[in-house]
Amino acid sequence: MRAFLTLYGSLDSTTSTNEKVEAMQSYFSNVPPEDAAWALYFLSGKRIKRLAKRSDLKHWLVEASGYSQWMIDECYESVGDFAETAVLLTSHCTVPDPKAVEIKLSNWVEQKLLPLNDLAPDQKSETIKGWWNGLPLNMSFIATKLLTGGLRVGVSRLLLARALSNSTGLSKSIILHRMMGHVSPSKDMFTALVDPDTSFSQVSQPYPFFLASPIEKNVGDLGLRNKWIAEWKWDGIRAQAIRRKGKTFIWSRGEELVTERFPEVDRACSHLPDGTVLDGELIGWKKNVLSFSSLQRRLNRKNVSKKLLEEVPVRLVCYDCIEYNSHDIRNRPLSERKQILSRIIQRANQTNLTASPIIEATSWEELKLRRTESRARRVEGLMLKEINSVYETGRKRGHWWKWKVDPYTIDAVIVYAKAGSGRRANLFTDYTFAVWSDDNLVPIAKAYTGLNAKEIHNLDRWIRENTIERFGPVRSVPPKHVFEIGFEGITESKRHKSGFALRFPRILRWRKDKGPIEADRLEELRRLFFPIS
Amino acid sequence: MIVEATHEGLYCRAGDFYIDPKSPVRQAVLTHAHSDHARVGSRRYITSDSSRELTIKRLGKGIELSTFPFGATFKLGKATVSLHPAGHILGSSQVRIEVAGEVWVVSGDYKRDDDPTCERFEVVKCDTFVTEATFALPIYNWPEASTSINEIFDWWMKNRSNAKASILFCYSLGKAQRVLGGLLTHTNQPVRLHGAIAPLTKIYREAGIPLLETLPATICTNGGDRIDFSQDLVIAPPAADGTSWMKRFGKCSTALCSGWMQIRGNRRRRGYDRGFVLSDHADWKGLIKTIKETKANRILALHGRTDVLVKYLREDGYEAEEMKPCRLHTKDSKAGGGEK
Ligand SMILES: [Zn+2]
Ligand SMILES: [Zn+2]
Repeated sequence: MRAFLTLYGSLDSTTSTNEKVEAMQSYFSNVPPEDAAWALYFLSGKRIKRLAKRSDLKHWLVEASGYSQWMIDECYESVGDFAETAVLLTSHCTVPDPKAVEIKLSNWVEQKLLPLNDLAPDQKSETIKGWWNGLPLNMSFIATKLLTGGLRVGVSRLLLARALSNSTGLSKSIILHRMMGHVSPSKDMFTALVDPDTSFSQVSQPYPFFLASPIEKNVGDLGLRNKWIAEWKWDGIRAQAIRRKGKTFIWSRGEELVTERFPEVDRACSHLPDGTVLDGELIGWKKNVLSFSSLQRRLNRKNVSKKLLEEVPVRLVCYDCIEYNSHDIRNRPLSERKQILSRIIQRANQTNLTASPIIEATSWEELKLRRTESRARRVEGLMLKEINSVYETGRKRGHWWKWKVDPYTIDAVIVYAKAGSGRRANLFTDYTFAVWSDDNLVPIAKAYTGLNAKEIHNLDRWIRENTIERFGPVRSVPPKHVFEIGFEGITESKRHKSGFALRFPRILRWRKDKGPIEADRLEELRRLFFPIS
Repeated sequence: MIVEATHEGLYCRAGDFYIDPKSPVRQAVLTHAHSDHARVGSRRYITSDSSRELTIKRLGKGIELSTFPFGATFKLGKATVSLHPAGHILGSSQVRIEVAGEVWVVSGDYKRDDDPTCERFEVVKCDTFVTEATFALPIYNWPEASTSINEIFDWWMKNRSNAKASILFCYSLGKAQRVLGGLLTHTNQPVRLHGAIAPLTKIYREAGIPLLETLPATICTNGGDRIDFSQDLVIAPPAADGTSWMKRFGKCSTALCSGWMQIRGNRRRRGYDRGFVLSDHADWKGLIKTIKETKANRILALHGRTDVLVKYLREDGYEAEEMKPCRLHTKDSKAGGGEK
């Protein structure tokens, strides 16, 4: 654990990318593979879920620290991070055992952290309080961090790959490829990850997704229209379908293996030739595209009922072919890959496996016109891909652009505010917005982003000076300030008082020209999105 | 009420004097020479002997100033007044006021931790204790000063080996000298000072306080050669960060030295490479310990998280109140603000 704590300390105390990479590189070169596997797991932002409930932890912190609940809330509001609050509030009663850090990271995770789930509530409470009162502060902090979520140290997957590449001599792209989709950290997993023999790659291994960037310039500036392929930007789940050695694997972009959740796509893929990898989008489809929320119902179930299968059939609409005849063809030009894709799809001849159609439009002007069909087609807009582009890794700019339709907007009133976390602790940056329903304001969306630093500070000051009531870390404020909120769509939601949830809400601007009474009404939203019901 | 809060600051009616007034008054008792406590314009000032030079430096030679040794009593109107060390910076005092057998103590800024560059805090028994509350949250628990000084030294040495200048930001008065005194046990290597810190440091030196040797952080030597800072520790006020003054250092690592650095979010948000926890204010346990030791039965809280301190003390059975309306420091002190 000592090496991992040192690594965390170095990552946390520098803003320099090079120093971060160096720290990780030296860590990975010096620890046993079973420790490296867990470190990789945590550093890449993965977390072990449901180890302890936040409300329980708060309660145990009252007992372990001797401070009242209100005091813990005040402290949390200033600190903005539960793990740090817990460590700071228990440090005065901690008698640290310096030997505690000598346990191996993997042993600590496997023998102490994971077994928490098997403990009875009072045993669990005693164990965690024991950590707060007995572990050295930096270890107590990491332990609590892992209990409450991820480490969030600000290292990207690419940075991790760079460090691993430096410490092994393997190329970054091989590491990235091998890093995809690993689920359980173990000695074998890490050994395979850094295996100098690169000829064998696992059967289920997906490729890192290539992501398009939002276009900022005028499409006309992209050059000749015929140098670009345009297709719809489908609103589903980005996925890779792998057919190798007679088996099918479907990976979501979240690097989850979702094969069993989509049996109809699984079946369709069995008609693909061996050694094929397709990149596409899982979409609910019944005569036409189904809404994203119905697709989500499918994603959330591990075992799909027959009824749900009938209600929400899913297909994979393919954008690209990145492995063909067991060859990685990511470096071939897109036009060629598109031809291969269409041939494969035709031969497979499956309803649940289609190629994303290429949009015909001879000029940029005509394409702009086609883009206006997006809403009606229930797609998010267009994708523009350079005709000769290779399939890159991550989000490399220049060859693939997403050209989304403009977001929907509403004007809403801020009603609640909460302090942010991490960098934004101490500042009220998490806002809840409401619209009118009769004479009441009903919350409709939470949004965190979209204001500039100056606006955040002004709003923060206003919130502090105008707080009506405090509910723990949340403050209610009088209806005064109106904001334009952009969003991508709306779904019905039982969890929200309004009955709706906005998709991807964000603040577009502060409408200082508008008074609260001019904010939008719920009825209008309902009419806009659910015209019949 | 022997001392009341007014818009001009704390006022003692029986003695007709103010403590650390915000605007010009007839008679001002100054707890210490920080700029948010010692302000220009008053007719007459009273402070401790050892705060004399710092006060003159701050307010100018022309002021009418009387100073007293710690512990000496003097009469102001019907009040018997004496000054007692507060342990905050050189010459900082608590003000003890006795009127008709009732004793009040106004703490000013204070700390309980080791600091060889100023007089050690003295516990003064009283009926009412007016305490500061800058860091009145139990998350504030200072490490030993020597630990933070060690960290500063290690950081400096590490930067040195990477040929990077080390720029340490901290308050010009008190903190800078505390660091200079603390580093004496580690090295005899001279430290460079920003121009705003040098004259204050000179006053400390003349008061006989042992400090590390210091040099100016000018671009060139007297001989006109460019100074190479890559091996140096440079101490500067936080306001110097981001100004063109910084350009002379080339490759450098920056750090802030403050109690606010106890919170990781503050360290990260401020964009310094490092944050060292070293404060000239009492931490939570320091505040509570002091309140207990004064044996006061009424506590009035001033500056910072007065709301938290008062609520906590009331739960503990104290008669406690926030000292209002005069908010000398804003309530929601942001990192780095209002800590002087
Ligand atoms: Zn002060
Ligand atoms: Zn001060």
